[in-house]
Amino acid sequence: MSRGGSWNVALALAWRQLTILRKNPSLFLPPMLFPLINFTAFAGGLSRLRQIPGFNYGSGYTAFVFVFVLLQSAAFGGVFTGFGIARDFERGFARRLLLASKHRSGIVWGYALASMARWSMVAVTVTIVALLVHMQIGGNGVDLFGMYALALLVNFCGLLWACGIAMRFRSVQAGPLMQTPIFIVLFLAPVYVPLQLLHGWIKAVAKLNPVTYVLEAGRGFISGSPVEVALAFGLVACVVTLLATWALTGLRSAEETAA
Amino acid sequence: MASAPGIHAHGLVREFKNVHAVQGIDLRVEPGEIYGFLGPNGAGKSTTVHMLTTLLPPTAGTATVAGFDIVKEGPKVRGAIGAALQEAALDPYLTGREHLRLQASLHGLRRAEREERTAELLHRVGLTLAADRKIQTYSGGMKRRLDLALALVHKPRILFLDEPTTGLDVQSRNALWTEVGRLAKDEGVTVFLTTQYLEEADVLADRVGIIDHGRIVAEGTPTQLKAEIGRPTVEATPRESSQLTAVEEVLGRFGEFTQASPGAVAVMLDGKGDLADVVRALDAASLRVDDLRLHAPSLDDVFLAKTGRKLEGEEDSA
Amino acid sequence: MNLALHDVGVIAWRSTRRNLRQPAVVFVPLAFPLILMVVNSSGLRAATHLPGFPTKSFISFFLPFSFIQGGLFAAMTAGTDLARDIDTGFLNRLALTPLRGTGLLAGQIGGAMAQALVQGIVYLAAGLALGVHFKSGPAGMVVLVTLALLVAAAWASVGIWIALRTGSGEAVQSQFPVLFFLLIISSMNMPRNLIAVHWFRVAATINPVSYMIEGLRSLVIQGWNAQALALGFGIAITAVAIAMTLASFALRQRMART
Repeated sequence: MSRGGSWNVALALAWRQLTILRKNPSLFLPPMLFPLINFTAFAGGLSRLRQIPGFNYGSGYTAFVFVFVLLQSAAFGGVFTGFGIARDFERGFARRLLLASKHRSGIVWGYALASMARWSMVAVTVTIVALLVHMQIGGNGVDLFGMYALALLVNFCGLLWACGIAMRFRSVQAGPLMQTPIFIVLFLAPVYVPLQLLHGWIKAVAKLNPVTYVLEAGRGFISGSPVEVALAFGLVACVVTLLATWALTGLRSAEETAA
Repeated sequence: MASAPGIHAHGLVREFKNVHAVQGIDLRVEPGEIYGFLGPNGAGKSTTVHMLTTLLPPTAGTATVAGFDIVKEGPKVRGAIGAALQEAALDPYLTGREHLRLQASLHGLRRAEREERTAELLHRVGLTLAADRKIQTYSGGMKRRLDLALALVHKPRILFLDEPTTGLDVQSRNALWTEVGRLAKDEGVTVFLTTQYLEEADVLADRVGIIDHGRIVAEGTPTQLKAEIGRPTVEATPRESSQLTAVEEVLGRFGEFTQASPGAVAVMLDGKGDLADVVRALDAASLRVDDLRLHAPSLDDVFLAKTGRKLEGEEDSA
Repeated sequence: MNLALHDVGVIAWRSTRRNLRQPAVVFVPLAFPLILMVVNSSGLRAATHLPGFPTKSFISFFLPFSFIQGGLFAAMTAGTDLARDIDTGFLNRLALTPLRGTGLLAGQIGGAMAQALVQGIVYLAAGLALGVHFKSGPAGMVVLVTLALLVAAAWASVGIWIALRTGSGEAVQSQFPVLFFLLIISSMNMPRNLIAVHWFRVAATINPVSYMIEGLRSLVIQGWNAQALALGFGIAITAVAIAMTLASFALRQRMART
């Protein structure tokens, strides 16, 4: 199987996805609105949490929650693309793709490329809004690049998860299966306060949750004091590998049905 | 006080912003009659049905259905009619039986009567075995049959069927026709049927009204309408193309030339002879034909004569 | 009167039955508020250390929000289902029966309230299992569920109004972020007096959802607070009245039968 072949399929599919978005700008709205709503709720409604004794974070509460919102938007950006994959199966387009593509793994990479491109626009919007409300940034260009790179990988993870579900169930009815685990995993992390301020079972779970270390690394980047960078990237790389297997085996399952 | 039963419309008009969907319809349907309302897509059939079933108020004009005014006595009209509209309008998450029970409940039937009527209608439309399956699992024909059953729950005197066989296979269509015919003949139900299928109007309707661009352009029994237009056509295809002129000369004695298929000759018979006479004349001239056909006028010919275009061509291009 | 109640019952029965046959409609409104309740009650427990925070139990503080959120889901379901009825022509089928417009509206709202009641019982049970203690006692739980049902009726009326205006399930769904935003800009996560950001505090003070949440919350963490209850019930009843009036007008236009 040649890399060139798979890459061509990926580019063609990504182009198609982005064309659909261009012609239907309203499709941008849900992945754009929810991060902004959450950002408003957290930064606006919970900023008093900054005053809890032991809340030690250098860059202010806005930056603290911004990182979570960025990662959440990235993960759910992948899920929204997963909805699109499921719709493609329901409408028969996916079958056409499977029949026409010689190098079918390119289908997964194509959706991933489109998901990342779409999320990039969301990330820019959310960042602009955060800057407009005077979010403090302590990190330099390299730090910020690291933060957005982590987020991009999280988007990839979200897409791979949703893709695996979509290809196995081939129906938008599987939407809750795509969303709910991601929602749970994201919220079982230090969302509102740092890890040291969590208590009880949630602290124990958060310590085991890879999202915690990605969050902490992201918050470190934006404050200019990077922490656990290698761990965060290493964990994400492991999750990407696992989920890529999940997505590709989902593709095999879809192929068997299309045959 | 109710006036005469059946359907009476006078000058019925319906406008939507810049669209004149119905431009003055007069019609009269007698009790127990099957009235076919025939026309292409966009002619105003469904709009007329929506007005007569009180779902849409007319812009102008009057009408009574089952003796009740459609504007002033809407609830009484609805009590006397059943309607199966263009969309099957079923809830995918309910079963056939649940639909009938719901409909019966809303029409005020008591529990015992509801169950009895439900069972009777399911049997009548052949859905007893599928009664407890969700509509999602029904075929198009089954949905249409259930639709008809729902329209009959409260034993209406007048039944409106808006393109009831569109999209159905031949078997389902024939079954529906049989049931509609039986309703009119055995139970005296007045049926107002809209259709774009010539055969349906021809086979089923006692009288036909042809509508185009919101106006009735012709009305009568299918036989009367076809007789108005006329006359049968004979078309002959000579075996040798060199004999075309000779065939033309023979056929020309029996009527006026009319449009023919490529390589053929056609005349509209004018009473000077029938098909047998044409055959004898061709034989006498030692002319051999590959194909000899007799076309009786169709409702499409009627539509063509009245509007200058074919109804079936309209369907294809719609 | 009997006939009207009968019709409401028939429509509400239909609404409930079809909801039960759609797993996503049953699962999502139960799962998401419960998940949020569980994670937020632990993740935001530190907030109870803030001076002036009205309770030591964040789950007691947060529980009422689940009812509001559940009501929103019920609204989306009611609106989407009615939009589907309009789209498929089922509304025309109902229009051809003796069913009155008010009966149809009340029935749809009744179905949403039935859904909200089941959800509410689940949230209540979960809250009690996680250690919530009602200062107002068992009677307070009954009042809480009653207010929650009123809130669900208000949300459902809004969903139905949107459906009747647009005739589109997608349009109803697209309003979810807007309605969710109303939930967010409230005292859902923090008492109004502890919201540090000025514009957010002002918005939460203007937002009627805050008073519905606070009315429910007062039963859990304060006991019987007449003012909070009066505001909560008053605003819920007003919201129901306004939304139902809008929905009635929209239904009259949509179902233009004579």
